[in-house]
Amino acid sequence: MQNYGVYVPRLVTKKEPFAPGHRACIGCGEALAVRLACKALGQNVIIANATGCMEIVSSPLPTTSWKVPWIHTLFENTAAVASGIESGLKIMMKKGRIARQDIKVVAMAGDGGTSDIGLQALSGAMERGHNFTYICFDNEAYMNTGIQRSSSTPYGAATTTSPAGKVSIGQVSWKKNMPAIAAAHNIPYVATACPSYPFDLMDKVEKAANTPGPAYVHILSVCPTGWRCPTDLAVKLGRLAVETGIFPLYEVEDGKYKLNFDFPGLKPVTAYMKLQGRFRHLSEDILEKIQKRVAADYAELKERAIEG
Amino acid sequence: MADRVGIEVSVALSDAVKQANVDVIAAYPITPQTHIVEHLAELVANGELDAAYIPVESEHSAMSACLGSAATGARTFTATAGQGLELMHEVLYVASSMRLPVVMAVANRALSSPLSVWGDHSDVMAVRDTGWIQIFTENGQEVVDHVFCAFRIAEDNKVLLPVMIHLDGFNLSHVIEPITFPAQSKVDKFLPPNKYPLPLHPDKPVTMGDFAPPIIYTEAKWAQEVNLRASKEIIIKCWQEFANIFGRQYSPVESYHSEKAKVLLLTMGSFSETAMTAIDKMRGEGKDVGLVRLRLWRPFPFDELRRAVENAETLIVLDRALSFGGPGGPVCSEVKAALYGQAKKPKVVSFVAGIGGRDISPSDFEEIINKGIAISEKGSPNEFEIYGVRE
Ligand SMILES: Cc1ncc(C[n+]2csc(CCOP(=O)(O)OP(=O)(O)O)c2C)c(N)n1
Ligand code: SF4
Ligand SMILES: [Mg+2]
Repeated sequence: MQNYGVYVPRLVTKKEPFAPGHRACIGCGEALAVRLACKALGQNVIIANATGCMEIVSSPLPTTSWKVPWIHTLFENTAAVASGIESGLKIMMKKGRIARQDIKVVAMAGDGGTSDIGLQALSGAMERGHNFTYICFDNEAYMNTGIQRSSSTPYGAATTTSPAGKVSIGQVSWKKNMPAIAAAHNIPYVATACPSYPFDLMDKVEKAANTPGPAYVHILSVCPTGWRCPTDLAVKLGRLAVETGIFPLYEVEDGKYKLNFDFPGLKPVTAYMKLQGRFRHLSEDILEKIQKRVAADYAELKERAIEG
Repeated sequence: MADRVGIEVSVALSDAVKQANVDVIAAYPITPQTHIVEHLAELVANGELDAAYIPVESEHSAMSACLGSAATGARTFTATAGQGLELMHEVLYVASSMRLPVVMAVANRALSSPLSVWGDHSDVMAVRDTGWIQIFTENGQEVVDHVFCAFRIAEDNKVLLPVMIHLDGFNLSHVIEPITFPAQSKVDKFLPPNKYPLPLHPDKPVTMGDFAPPIIYTEAKWAQEVNLRASKEIIIKCWQEFANIFGRQYSPVESYHSEKAKVLLLTMGSFSETAMTAIDKMRGEGKDVGLVRLRLWRPFPFDELRRAVENAETLIVLDRALSFGGPGGPVCSEVKAALYGQAKKPKVVSFVAGIGGRDISPSDFEEIINKGIAISEKGSPNEFEIYGVRE
């Protein structure tokens, strides 16, 4: 299509199921990701949200940012709550207790609520095959409680519980590959996304919601507060994460990998890392080590995508 | 259909859940609850019960799935015991605080460590303050009856609180008893369909489970407290209507030869029936003893309890749980607290027995009562007595 960039934004709904006025920090990439995901999900949805930044900023009694049905209960159980919602709706429709209707059931959680404390509940819900979409908003730490490390925090990042010090480089483990864990459950749809690529994100969320059975979308969400970067960098950093190969955008459909954006020459990881205070302390050696690992991981992913 | 059949209580409970036409069951197996969930899975698999059975990966997820299910307005059931109940702990508070009418059977079990699959009330006591309505049953018929009552109470729009039905692990869950199942038409009349007032649905978006800043948390919690206390009247009314239809009457505190007795024993759960045998024998020997059974554990029936014991001189409270380092058995602590301000009250003696599945026979009860009388006359340096321990 000609003038794609001009027309497509106009096709996006002006409705904001995730209303403005919430209390997220200035320049929050996670709030942007939630906003875009909600636009893609539309009105016929029920959202179960884990404890975390997005829950806290959106629901201080007696106010709410949610114009769609929304429930928060605890930190680690969102996938299980979604299981109950999905099962409840399905059986009541079957028994004729409520009208038949296509209602999307969506679970939302942060990286902590997903890859750490909520992993068991998520694994169970995916394995049981509930018809639901799980969206992980990955800002690479427990931000709500003050920037503590999670298993999704990248190697070398300083957080309040993986501080850089005389004898520590900060986070000493490599980021847990949550999309691969989801894909290992043999669910029909897994995707990674980033709000710096808004249409790609919305397409994927919509696709996930329309997939019968479990679908998993992992969204990199820049957190200026926790990443120690200027508040106007969320979109730029998201792009750099993709362009450096640190956070590739891909889909796994029925086990087949597809790389959505490929870059013949990846930008150096330093282009991304130098803009963030959480990596400020890293030596050239460590940066080199990270560069090597990113290149290897990217090559492996590409290989899988070629194999299909 | 109102014939009496001999049936294992766990199986009977599941059959009653079927009669209640439950929509969603989310459960994780643990002894001694297993027969309940196995039979429910079987009923669903055979098409005898049109419900969603969610075989969750833990009790934490069982109760969490129940939250989601109940929030859609589906009639929701689960069952657990012991460690499973503890794993649910934080989720239990959410069910009551968010006013989600889940019904749960608890086959009461001891807590690790050492591991014990056998019955006592340690699991119950640890979830005492979770805001659930908690009812104790003594025999299989009471269990079946309370399945219907529990759903009706929980889903009553003036209540909207989760309900636990307690049945002692093994001593009650695994015994075969004669049970009368009500006709389905009567059940349907007694238990109307669940009409949750504000279910999760796109037609009318609601926000559930907000976070509360200090300016509103106290109000939210006070509303919950007022609501739970007020549920007592509705529970009593439900039992009255149950009696009108089915002919069996239940009350928050039930008595057995207790009206004029000088010495009273207070129990909770299935051991009450054994205690009655002891009371009968002792009364036959001319001893002035009676029994008080606490059926409604939460909301605590202060007035009913005070009335039931006001004429006694000695009240011996039997607990099946320890409150480590505390003032005595947990039930006894509450009984003492309820009586403290009363002008006319008995001396209260605390006994702990029957933990981790250890039996209490009628002769044990006799001994407990006799020792209790001696302590109330002579006093004791102990906060409480543990019965039958080998030191
Ligand atoms: C059982 C339990 N443990 C710990 C917490 C404290 N807690 C609340 S949110 C949170 C971190 C959330 O991190 P994440 O899931 O990554 O979401 P984010 O805030 O970063 O968006 C923690 C540790 C809790 N609420 N419940
Ligand atoms: S801490 Fe980070 S993720 Fe949380 S609201 Fe602020 S910017 Fe957004
Ligand atoms: Mg996070």
